[in-house]
Amino acid sequence: MKVSNPKWKEQLTGKMPEGLAREIDIFETELELRKQGKLDERVLAETRLRRGIYGQRYDNGQRHDGKKVQEIVYPSGQLTKGPNTMWDAPGMQRIKIPGGGLNAEQLETLADLSEEYSDGIAHVTTRQDFQLHYVHIDDTPTLMRRLAAAHITTREACGNSVRNVTACPFAGVCQDEAFDVTPYALALSKFLLGHPDCQSFGRKFKPAFSGCSQHPCALTSMHDLGLIATMRIDNGVQKRGFEMYVGGGLGTVPYKAKLFDSFIPPEELLPLAQAIARVFARLGEKKNRNRARIKFLVNDLGIEKFRELVLEERAKLPHDPRWTEYIRDAERFHEEPLRPTGQSSNGPKSEAFERWKKTNTRPQRQPGYVVATVALPLGDITAAQLRALADIARRFTRETVRTTVEQNMVIRWVSESDLPDLHAALVAAGLGEAGAGTILDITACPGTDTCKLGISSSRGLAAELRNRLAEKALQLDAAVQNLHIKISGCFNSCGQHHVADLGFYGVSRKMAGFTVPHFQLILGGEWTRNAASYGLPVMAIPSKNIPATVARLTERYVTDRRNGERFQEFIQRIGKAELRGMLEDLTKLPSDPSDRSYFSDWGDPREFSLGDLGVGECAGEVVSAVEFGLAASERKVFEAQLALEMDHVQRAGDLAYEAMLQAAKALVKTGDQDVSDDPEEIVREFRARFYDTQQFFDPFAGGKFAQYFFAAHKRAGEPRTLESVRHLIEEAQLFIEASHSCYNRMAVTTTA
Amino acid sequence: MELQHINVKLIVSDPAAVDLERLVPIFHGWIQEQSREELLLDVADYRHVPGGPGVILIGHEANYSVDDTNHRLGVRYNRKAAVAGTNQGRLAQAARAALAACQALETDPSLDGKLRFNGQEIEISMNDRLIAPNNAATRQALEPEFSAFFRKLFAGSVHGLAFDNGDARRLFGVLARSSRIFTTGELLKNLNA
Repeated sequence: MKVSNPKWKEQLTGKMPEGLAREIDIFETELELRKQGKLDERVLAETRLRRGIYGQRYDNGQRHDGKKVQEIVYPSGQLTKGPNTMWDAPGMQRIKIPGGGLNAEQLETLADLSEEYSDGIAHVTTRQDFQLHYVHIDDTPTLMRRLAAAHITTREACGNSVRNVTACPFAGVCQDEAFDVTPYALALSKFLLGHPDCQSFGRKFKPAFSGCSQHPCALTSMHDLGLIATMRIDNGVQKRGFEMYVGGGLGTVPYKAKLFDSFIPPEELLPLAQAIARVFARLGEKKNRNRARIKFLVNDLGIEKFRELVLEERAKLPHDPRWTEYIRDAERFHEEPLRPTGQSSNGPKSEAFERWKKTNTRPQRQPGYVVATVALPLGDITAAQLRALADIARRFTRETVRTTVEQNMVIRWVSESDLPDLHAALVAAGLGEAGAGTILDITACPGTDTCKLGISSSRGLAAELRNRLAEKALQLDAAVQNLHIKISGCFNSCGQHHVADLGFYGVSRKMAGFTVPHFQLILGGEWTRNAASYGLPVMAIPSKNIPATVARLTERYVTDRRNGERFQEFIQRIGKAELRGMLEDLTKLPSDPSDRSYFSDWGDPREFSLGDLGVGECAGEVVSAVEFGLAASERKVFEAQLALEMDHVQRAGDLAYEAMLQAAKALVKTGDQDVSDDPEEIVREFRARFYDTQQFFDPFAGGKFAQYFFAAHKRAGEPRTLESVRHLIEEAQLFIEASHSCYNRMAVTTTA
Repeated sequence: MELQHINVKLIVSDPAAVDLERLVPIFHGWIQEQSREELLLDVADYRHVPGGPGVILIGHEANYSVDDTNHRLGVRYNRKAAVAGTNQGRLAQAARAALAACQALETDPSLDGKLRFNGQEIEISMNDRLIAPNNAATRQALEPEFSAFFRKLFAGSVHGLAFDNGDARRLFGVLARSSRIFTTGELLKNLNA
């Protein structure tokens, strides 16, 4: 099957940048070689990932249709585009948008491509990219050519490479920034794209730029490389520079980036980034993907040693004229308004306009101009809306549109006098929804909709919460309106759940003989100050009870809030024990056995259960013992959190480790009822029965979670720091989740 | 001009009566049964997007959806794979698939008969801007083709064609409107005559 018209290549010849055109030709040849059996599937997998082409759910040719696992027999038969990835299975195309900046022509190109090769929707990601879903791999070369003709690349949008360089979408117009970071983000993006020193990383590398330290628009703390604009006076002259941070990242266990240098002059930005890339490529983990992000390298070496190595590398680097050329070229970047400034008329405006103006606009530092946010539900925008937005961008601005990390878009340089007309145009396009940046503006990763790793339906839950919150939006207390909800379908944090007021990530639990979709509730995260702190898990709650959980927590916040107390402070004050107590009943299934709604997820009527699962009496006893043990381990990890809340760092670490031991012991008991409480024996038995046999291995994460356990055991008894204990608690929670999953798989095998 | 990637959309008579949420389990059921001619793969739910593609049943050769593009709710068939034969044959193939899907939805008990084809309006668009750019030349080239097709489909009535020529960026498309009301069964019968 091939949707794309092969004549596009001829049509676009001469319109694409030469380098990109050549790259795409090479990729097309690689696809052909794979079809002829002359290219290994693993090689093709990496090469397509480096061009932004990702697998999607069910691409292994199997899908549970709610009754049984259905074999999907594709026309291309057993031809694959990677290990366990069928050629014909629809995939996702990620499209890099450096700094989130787009012009009208680019918006129109995305519209055309979403219509012709995808499902009519373009999706804005939490890293300012676009994604198109359900794309056939045969269409990707044409799709890339059409993007290239609009000066957009998909190169290194996925894979072990430098990902999209993100930047504050308000850069250049923000009232609080030190200076406009846009040109530097663009220069770094251009410099590192395809750079030879960035081709042998063990994992991905994500840079981000922020114009200030206080706002959350760029989230530099959670990036591999974070740069915050700052000014310094040198000999009486104001000079631009950057605070440079390295080694941040969310993922399964979040790490905050460490300060590398408090002032990097612009001319050192590219060479230092290159030196960091070289150190990461040389010393970063390659074999164990689970420890291959730069955050582990920085953590293992310590920031001082890491800095020393980078500076040594920097000193050895042969001079590259692009270091200064690119910066100089980029600094010519300049945006201007299209329309003259002016105040909006004082005439009466509709309530809808006033509501929208309040939540979706903010004044620029240039008087008389505002930035308008286009709130996209779940980050989705249709082809028709993209065209309408292109028209709007041309009519009101010099096409100054950017994507945001909250999966929205902003239109910059709107004359204040144009706001009513702009709003009317947005409303006509179905883009005039108010509530940007409020509790209604929920961030969610693709989750089980399309992601292979998704456990629970993050988008389904987000849509349900949006509907419920929208119904009472006008009645919501102001303190609640400003909260942020972020949802990931699994522990991998693509929905950035760690930095939300109310964060959730998908897990599952076996209850009443069925696998029930759940979400782990994360509280205590801080979104502002570039994602200053990360929340910790509180408890797992069935998916269908999450709306009630949100309602209960927000109501309690409104009732018990003290003098302007922020949500994070409120959570800290009342404590996790109290929180857990008030939500405990929501962890249970309804008593009515005929209510089967809990066995399916939001927006997906298929039963989440393993359809043919039955529980024999003998297995039932073992099941009970395992469940009991796992529940005990969860209690223990929760106690660890409570201890941490009370600053009992050592005790908290010990409890987290004990929780892991407890979970491991529960699993070991399935084969050895007499296993003792001796940690050495538990670890030994667990390793032999579950790790060496790979029975514990997650289908995607492999043995990562078991390695957390082994590492915790190795470090038992050592002095602990606050940061190490926070990581340990996260790791313990993940190890317990993995134990649940392992136990679920065992139950299937036992009864199959 | 060889037409490929044909989209056919049957406009629904009372959009307010249709609960799109109910389409989600119906489409999952179609996957379970593999009840269309195409290989059916997944369901994409875009009910949260105003004027969007609604609920889509993703297939390998084609997608089916109950689509609200331009705020006109309808049952859409979006052919992705190339079809051999003549243009009339390809138009008939897409229309037949759309009509059969619409008929299945009209009779699905979980929709309580609330999703009904309005009997008069069918949109056809070409999802390939190189084959059929939205301009006067395409219109001139394809008008006889569409007229012949709708003469057969709306046999026994007079029909009018309105081309979507307001915005060259949009897909080339036509709205056909018949002078009398047809059921999906009647239209299928006309197609197969």
